[in-house]
Amino acid sequence: MTKKQLQRLDLIFKNEHDIEEILTKTFSKSNEEIINDLISSGLKGRGGAGFPTGLKWKLASEEETDSKYIICNADEGEPGTFKDREILSRVPHKVLAGMAVCARLIGARQGYIYLRGEYVFLRPQLLEVINEFHQLLDKIGLDFRVEIFLGSGAYICGEESALFESMEGKRGEPRNKPPFPTQQGYKSKPTVINNVETLAHTYSIFKYGADKFKDLGVQDSRGSKVFSVSGDTPIPGIYELEFGMSLQKFVDDFADGDAKAVQVGGASGFCVPRKKFEKTVIGYQGKLRGTSLPTGGSMMIFNSSRSMYNVLHNYLDFFVEESCGQCTPCRVGTQQLLLGIEAVKKGDQPSSYLDKLMELAEAMRITAKCGLGQSVANSFSSIVENFKEEMIY
Amino acid sequence: MTEVKQLVQDLADQFGRSQESLLPILQGIVTKEQHISEDAMIEVARELNISAAHVYGTATFYSFLNTKPLGKYVIRVCKTITCMMHGKNQIIKELEAVLKVNLGETTHDGKFTLLETNCLGQCHKGPAMLINDTPYTELTPDKVREIIMMYRDKELRVN
Amino acid sequence: MSDKVNLRIDNIAVSVEEGTTILEAARKVNIRIPTLCHHEDLCVAGNCRVCMVEQKGSDRLLPSCAMPVSEGMEIQTNSLKVRSARKQIIELLVSEHRADCTRCYKNGKCELQELASEYIIGENGFIDLVPLKVLTIDNFSPSIIKDDSKCIRCQRCVRTCDQLQNIGALTVAYKGKDMKISSFYEKPMYEVVCTNCGQCVNRCPTGALTEKTYLEQVWSAINHEKKHVVVQTAPAVRIALGEALGMPAGEIVTGKMVSALRRLGFDSVLDTDFTADLTIIEEGNELLQRLKKVLVDGDKSVKIPMTTSCSPGWVKFIEHTFPEYLDNVSTAKSPQQMFGSLAKTYYAKKIEVEADDIVSVSVMPCTAKKYEADRPEMRSSGYKDVDFVLTTRELALMIKQAGIDFASLPEDEYDSFMGESSGAAVIFGATGGVMEAALRTAYEVVTGREVPFDDLNITPVRGMEEIKEAAVKIENPLPEWSFLDGVELKTCVAHGLSNAKKVMEAVKEGKVDYHFIEIMACPGGCLGGGGQPIPTSPAIREKRSQAIYREDSMKPIRKSHENPEVLQIYEEFLKKPLGEKSHELLHTHYTERNRY
Repeated sequence: MTKKQLQRLDLIFKNEHDIEEILTKTFSKSNEEIINDLISSGLKGRGGAGFPTGLKWKLASEEETDSKYIICNADEGEPGTFKDREILSRVPHKVLAGMAVCARLIGARQGYIYLRGEYVFLRPQLLEVINEFHQLLDKIGLDFRVEIFLGSGAYICGEESALFESMEGKRGEPRNKPPFPTQQGYKSKPTVINNVETLAHTYSIFKYGADKFKDLGVQDSRGSKVFSVSGDTPIPGIYELEFGMSLQKFVDDFADGDAKAVQVGGASGFCVPRKKFEKTVIGYQGKLRGTSLPTGGSMMIFNSSRSMYNVLHNYLDFFVEESCGQCTPCRVGTQQLLLGIEAVKKGDQPSSYLDKLMELAEAMRITAKCGLGQSVANSFSSIVENFKEEMIY
Repeated sequence: MTEVKQLVQDLADQFGRSQESLLPILQGIVTKEQHISEDAMIEVARELNISAAHVYGTATFYSFLNTKPLGKYVIRVCKTITCMMHGKNQIIKELEAVLKVNLGETTHDGKFTLLETNCLGQCHKGPAMLINDTPYTELTPDKVREIIMMYRDKELRVN
Repeated sequence: MSDKVNLRIDNIAVSVEEGTTILEAARKVNIRIPTLCHHEDLCVAGNCRVCMVEQKGSDRLLPSCAMPVSEGMEIQTNSLKVRSARKQIIELLVSEHRADCTRCYKNGKCELQELASEYIIGENGFIDLVPLKVLTIDNFSPSIIKDDSKCIRCQRCVRTCDQLQNIGALTVAYKGKDMKISSFYEKPMYEVVCTNCGQCVNRCPTGALTEKTYLEQVWSAINHEKKHVVVQTAPAVRIALGEALGMPAGEIVTGKMVSALRRLGFDSVLDTDFTADLTIIEEGNELLQRLKKVLVDGDKSVKIPMTTSCSPGWVKFIEHTFPEYLDNVSTAKSPQQMFGSLAKTYYAKKIEVEADDIVSVSVMPCTAKKYEADRPEMRSSGYKDVDFVLTTRELALMIKQAGIDFASLPEDEYDSFMGESSGAAVIFGATGGVMEAALRTAYEVVTGREVPFDDLNITPVRGMEEIKEAAVKIENPLPEWSFLDGVELKTCVAHGLSNAKKVMEAVKEGKVDYHFIEIMACPGGCLGGGGQPIPTSPAIREKRSQAIYREDSMKPIRKSHENPEVLQIYEEFLKKPLGEKSHELLHTHYTERNRY
């Protein structure tokens, strides 16, 4: 696979005021055309899981029922991720435009933005934008309304089925799948749920065409991606970059010259040590490569002054609290991993106990009910494997 | 009618009485009272015709739906990795000193509660904290002291 | 008809209906996949992850209880990957469970223990989490003990309370490591809407929810020289006790049970069925009197529909949930409590023992009966009318402790007096049974003729349908009941409190105009009670139900009002139904309770 030169882009945050024109243009197309555009653009979900967006809309459009919903997932809780906040504060109208197109396409009259409680300060300005947007919808004659649903401090509600439960007035506990959201989502109705950034990208696709989007990025990982860069970097912040870059290139541009590891994809992502920067490519996991990483866009850089034990401890602490607690591997497994590394660090358990914990992490990966429990193994295994000496007393 | 009963009724009028209204109603109670009391939960259960235990189970799931009384200003300092790396512990120490409380406690005057929380989504500007709904970022001990002074001044002016 | 789906499980070809889960499909070919959170009475949770299986070509394992089959699936239920994951999950559960098995009430009957032993959970487990947590034991309730340190958070109890019973006394609270099963504000079960029905106890896989046991107290009473210990056995015990003693479901063990009770040393072995017959007389007359007051006198203070009152779970439920309908509940005490008050008055006198020296024990399919016996109203004899209530399970345990080989016991007869009963009393143990028994009597009282059903079997009120309705038209009544001529007596039968709630809501909304409603708190009626042998499932309830109706059909007397001992007690002691003595000893009142 070719490693592309890192290219900074300015698509998402470009402030374009042609929503009406773009919506009118898009609405003149048939549903099939819109879906084909999205599918051929190669756009995949930007929340981290990477489900093809066009296919998701298509599946929901094929369901026959009286009501459907489109939900914008703004429950951005992954440690190290803050891109959705930035998108919603700077270009919310693009997100709303994406929702409106989806609504018309699948036949939804109601949409929601599930905004995490930590971002409640965004609500007043967002409501203003929504009001203006509703006027525009009335003007172009689309029967569609968007409301904000506020979260209340639970990371797991970013998981789509947990988010539905939360909106239904319940504990945010992920559901069994199937049924999938496009079959039975919010209030058991077919629901499209897209990440904030995904929806903003659809706007670019409607405006500039699928080909332009597809030109960016590499095979399986098309388009650009908004990255949240934090940790040991002189220039923390939000950057829109083309997919397909090597991690080395990223580190060269963003780190402080002393990077020892990069955590890609947040606490539930992978930790890449210095020796693997060169061969690691940022993108969705493709069939042929084991080197690329799925990512919601969180890039946390650690320099050599950092203890990777502390980093892992912090992540595990997070999971121990934020697991919904319903399934055994996640509820108990996270506690065991945390206590386990503490015990090894203190010398209460032999270093060989780390092997048992690695096995546990693997068991969690293949048995946990949802992405949270399944992905704890990502950071755990990659940190313990690559920084074993830092874990031991 | 008790005050809390009236509050819950008003919120139910505003958001509706289906179970989907549970979170907005509980959030409304927290905004007004900083926490959801036993009485408030019983009223919510009655208004929405659901079990009181369900209300309790749901409220305790969400870290922002407090079931124990908190101060007028709830300070939540982010404890997640990048804020940690950038000196969160120092910030907590400073807050403990300024407020004369330990982490998890409320000041004697009932004005401030000091808590930790998970990622606030301000990782590029850590350390960060929320005071009620408002985020404060790139904190230093000096800055924290000023912020608290500002809130105290505000309180003095109110009284 | 839906299409068949073909798959292979452990290389065995299976063809099942679309929508079948992998777990169900595996059971069809006799492959047992272990489960913990799964229960046939409850919706799928998929949260314990013990039932994970491997699908060929899939990296992650699948929860067999929640995953529907699909065409061409190749499933392995015992691959190395499955075994390793499953063993770790069991180890994880053991690590958050206070594993003091030898001292646990559920020792030998615990599903986690069984799995741990099957998978040889050894020394090299995970770190014990129990000492790191504040976990409480709630033993304030006279019926149920909740021990959080034994809980594995499978949520069977929560789903039972929520869906099966629609009470919502139990919930899941907090998240992550703090997640636990809790009542409202973590109050003791005693203080909340819990009806003590014990359905959660019946479904708890571990010792986290158990009945409060009174075995030792009963043993002491039996061994007390001066005490005369009277035992009564509820209708549904005799058709389920065998299950707890190694016999198949659906065996009638009345005679063996009586033998066993004698061997255990009870001084009088009597039958709750006797007071079930008595209940029918009192309650049936109460119904007719209410109808007269409403239809003839236009008395607004008298409420119709009248509901039954023999299920203490139901009584506590209505006290919490529909307190405005307390006047609709029959004032007749339950058979257990009628028995209790008579045991220490009439019966004591008859056998010439001081009431003070009588210890009254009941064996019930029920945990709520323990609470009922504890109610302050239940002291009309001047003493606690029923001293100790044992569940079917506890009796089985006593029999085991005494070293009795139950299966080989001879059949024995109840003592007299208060040991005789009719078939109508036996069917109290099944949903619809009280209604059927009441109709057999009431119809005959009013018309002088037998109820117009083949062989007295009022089939419309039988069976496991959730809510049953039946109407009986009264024609040509005796002159005294002429006001009922042409009246269609409308009845309704519901079992399980979620169905009770539906019925009461319909009543409240004025959608129905029943005269008489029978409600049993437990699914299937008492035969599916919270104190019955574990497991209880739809199939087992069905078998117990068949046994009950078999027992009824074999009885020489089928109608309560023909029970000679009942006739005798009216003649000698009570004088007449709803008379002064009845009011003193056989009727009660109810209390409004909180709604949390």
